[in-house]
Amino acid sequence: MPKVKIPRKSTTIDMTAMTDVSFLLLTFFMLTTQFKADNSIIVDTPSSISEIKLPDTDIMNITVTKDGKVFFGIDNKNNTREKLLDKISAKYPNLKFTPEEERAFVLTGSIGVPLNQLKGFLDLDENERKMYQQPGIPTDSTDNQLGDWIMQGRLSNPGVRITLQGDQGSPWPVIKRVMNTLQDKNVNKFNLITDLEVDPNKLKGM
Amino acid sequence: MAEIEQKQVGKKGKKKGPKKMSTRIDLTPMVDLGFLLVTFFMLTTTFSKPQTMEINLPVKPKGEVTQDQENALKASKALTILIGKDNKLYWYLGLATAPIEGLSETNFSADGIRKVLLEKNGTIKNMVVLIKPTNDAIYRNIVDILDEMNISNIKRYALVDITPEELDLIKKYKG
Repeated sequence: MPKVKIPRKSTTIDMTAMTDVSFLLLTFFMLTTQFKADNSIIVDTPSSISEIKLPDTDIMNITVTKDGKVFFGIDNKNNTREKLLDKISAKYPNLKFTPEEERAFVLTGSIGVPLNQLKGFLDLDENERKMYQQPGIPTDSTDNQLGDWIMQGRLSNPGVRITLQGDQGSPWPVIKRVMNTLQDKNVNKFNLITDLEVDPNKLKGM
Repeated sequence: MAEIEQKQVGKKGKKKGPKKMSTRIDLTPMVDLGFLLVTFFMLTTTFSKPQTMEINLPVKPKGEVTQDQENALKASKALTILIGKDNKLYWYLGLATAPIEGLSETNFSADGIRKVLLEKNGTIKNMVVLIKPTNDAIYRNIVDILDEMNISNIKRYALVDITPEELDLIKKYKG
């Protein structure tokens, strides 16, 4: 049998092309990314055929979880959150916040503690704060703190758009209370956050 | 491209000078790092912005609204949808006390409420849909029913509190 000579080839590959692609992707993702909000609240939104997209900024979000807890969140464009906290402590004179607590408030996502617990909540360590089971903001008619948050939030950022994010299983009475609170504060136009669902009318057309 | 091969221009004799080093660089660690970062950004990024549904509530009237005012709406044009427990839907036409078409049960499927809505919307001009969720309703029901309004292209609808009579109707219907 004749010996077959296998020519030895170099095992090094030209990586240039691959590097090009990978860095292209990297740049793309770096520029388009927005980090997921660090939220411990889990909400499974219902779906609708509405296709309106939500802007990233100027959003005040009221979240209602499955067990009916209410959370309040607002984005920090133009230091809205700092202003909001100042306004809250101006309204409640016995609530004074240290600069550390203010920073903690800016960094925290949604707030779901009654005002009297807010200071203690903000004093917690960052990780402890994540683990902390927030009891939700009171919305009863006797002590409607959600109304205060909404009011002060709108004063801090007059151009804010209000969204309501409910879980599929959120009980209607809680949602109704939130909607009534919004109406009380003269917010008659707001957005419900939903997932996308196919419009059956469009399906027919296909 | 990264490799630039420098060809020596032939010169007479041995040239003294620094050793010619290869200009090839091992790109592997760089690629590793690149892909690591790509993966990181891919996993942390949120691509799809959430969808939203816009809702306009009426301005809250000052003072009490009397039952008469609510009934001022033409009874023949009012379709009332009641949302009960466990995704159950009930609807009737007209007034609760004197319905044109009595209470019947339906569901959220395409053959359920959508059929009713489309049918009634075709026959009744300027129909107004009153959506009345019971306290057992969940948020998904509300969004679903508002969605049905969009699908059926019904322009006039309202979210209204349920009355005790209607709760009785549901109870009776079950019993």
